[in-house]
Amino acid sequence: MTHSEFDSFRPPEPTRRRRPAGKRGTGRRDSGDGSREMPMVPEPEFTSYYGRPVVKPAPWGDEVAAYLFLGGVAAGSALLGLGGQLTRRPTLRRNARLSALTAVSLGAVALVKDLGRPERFLNMLRTIKVTSPMSVGSWILSAFSVGAAVPAVAEIDRMSGARLPLGPLRTVLQTVEGPAGFGAAFFAGPLAAYTAVLLGDTATPTWNAAHEELPFVFVSSAALASAGLAMITTPVHEAGPARNLAILGVVGDVVAMRVMEHRMDPVAAEPLHQGKAGAMLKWSERLAAAGGLGTLLGGRNRAVAAASGLALLAASALTRFGVFEAGQSSARDPRYTIEPQKNRLAARRAAGITGDSITTAR
Amino acid sequence: MGQLSGPTDPTADAHWEHQQPRKGFFTDTSVCIGCKACEVACKEWNHNPRDGNLELLGSSYDNTGSLGASTWRHVAFIEQGQDRITEARESGRALVNLGMPRIGPPGAAATAGPDLAQVDTTPPDTADFRWLMSSDVCKHCTHAGCLDVCPTGALFRTEFGTVVVQDDVCNGCGTCVAGCPFGVIERRSDGMVAVAAQREEQHAEHAAVPNAGVAQKCTLCYDRLVADETPACAKACPTTSIKFGNHDDMVETARERVAGLHAQGLTEARLYGANELDGVGGTGSVFLLLDEPEVYGLPPDPRVPTADLPRMYRRAGMAVAGMVAAAAVAFLGGRA
Repeated sequence: MTHSEFDSFRPPEPTRRRRPAGKRGTGRRDSGDGSREMPMVPEPEFTSYYGRPVVKPAPWGDEVAAYLFLGGVAAGSALLGLGGQLTRRPTLRRNARLSALTAVSLGAVALVKDLGRPERFLNMLRTIKVTSPMSVGSWILSAFSVGAAVPAVAEIDRMSGARLPLGPLRTVLQTVEGPAGFGAAFFAGPLAAYTAVLLGDTATPTWNAAHEELPFVFVSSAALASAGLAMITTPVHEAGPARNLAILGVVGDVVAMRVMEHRMDPVAAEPLHQGKAGAMLKWSERLAAAGGLGTLLGGRNRAVAAASGLALLAASALTRFGVFEAGQSSARDPRYTIEPQKNRLAARRAAGITGDSITTAR
Repeated sequence: MGQLSGPTDPTADAHWEHQQPRKGFFTDTSVCIGCKACEVACKEWNHNPRDGNLELLGSSYDNTGSLGASTWRHVAFIEQGQDRITEARESGRALVNLGMPRIGPPGAAATAGPDLAQVDTTPPDTADFRWLMSSDVCKHCTHAGCLDVCPTGALFRTEFGTVVVQDDVCNGCGTCVAGCPFGVIERRSDGMVAVAAQREEQHAEHAAVPNAGVAQKCTLCYDRLVADETPACAKACPTTSIKFGNHDDMVETARERVAGLHAQGLTEARLYGANELDGVGGTGSVFLLLDEPEVYGLPPDPRVPTADLPRMYRRAGMAVAGMVAAAAVAFLGGRA
């Protein structure tokens, strides 16, 4: 052991835990003689490489979580727009069509902004790849956007008293606006659901473990958010279907979320209840319930309907941000990667399946 | 759409005109000395910028930390005491006695390995602690999670069965980063400068970071392979811990090596990635480890997420049907 004038500045050494038979050097926690480095990371109960993550979290910012929300709003709005178109509710139709285009445009901008190389966003349409939910989703988003834009432009033209400089295209627009509404509604469901597959098809522990039920959570969340937005924008006498959709969405959201948490791997489900994500998901459920109750009891009152709609929008946003954040935090902690994998490997071995492990003796 | 899981030959599946045998690494960690020559050789050959701020991580002699966008070889360093060594020996012995896996006809496999139940596991000349060193690298999986989920086609399967990013096509969407079950591929996002060639330059104009914002990982030195050269890391390895060759030969070498170590009583030796029945269909880079994989920061039971994709699409289809039905009920139902 060396001595130097700086020794007096050292922090006091922890007392050494002696092993029986006086063996030395027994592990990282034992740094009693001071010749070894003090471990900076406290040793966790499971084994990992200095507590460093095994999988990498997706390099996605809040823009992607915002897109999950906006894409859902757009999808539900397109369905409400088609319903308004078919059942002759002109105000609901107009508002839903405008909502759909606004939400999908903002969402697309958020997605492009999140790319590492935004100027190459068109490469998303370079190929069609079924194994890539992101590729499938890009095509769904593109098709939906076209379907949502045409009727929305037609509505803007009508609202402005035919002042858009369309020329002879106006008759074309008025002819295709109905079919385009069908097109948008056709791609609405896939737009709301593919994001769940996108998250499920990752090695991020919490998202991957949730892949069975996440699509149901996301479509329910999309339904209640778009219905909430329609309840804010549209007078109560035309917003009846939106109120119905809101209640169905709330029921679906709460039930799907509960079933998902119940059926997931218990360790991988933990991030859904912890920290920021846990708080967001707890409030999301409360707001969804409050919005649903408000809709059911006072949905025919304009003020109550608007307040309920606002609660539902907030609930949906919190669901998306909560699920997003839970996944990201599960990737940052090696425990959520290692423990479920060790458990499922042990379970397979206990069941007599021993041929499919990545670790082999020969 | 090719096969999403199970044993297959990725080189043949890629349908190249001029087919080559699948190439791979065998990293024998029992002879690794932790010199990090592979890390340096990799950085130099591939012009990878430095990552991090040259800080000390304060946990071991490993200050690289992990694989990343600019670190395609990473040497792990672990110090273990007597009890951890004993545990590793026991877990290794349990693995042998499990009789796993049985590759090939069951009869032949059953006789292939020695029964280690009776082997004396007193270390031949080991002291009461040991250092584990292991050079980690991209696994070039048979079913590569990153490749499957790439939306632009920037990631592709080469004629050597390896997985490579085309950095002029990648738009940095980041899906592959989440798709890799080993945490290998990463988006190069930081503004770290390239190492200056001369001391005077260090405070002058910083060199631009190549391929910032684009996903980056080990290419198994694709540019060297097409010229029939050995990858830089394997070339630089002074102890032949990193071996390079045809994948089948590498697996064969690995099996011989682990059997040899077992015969010496080193029951802690085990292979990682040599089983084509595992969750990723076997890896192109095979490892010989001396403890459980998670000790080295490797996942104990990785599974390529895409293996469940057909099921996910079916569930999503059901959810879509439910959403459309809910909308229909909302308009047709009463109470309006």
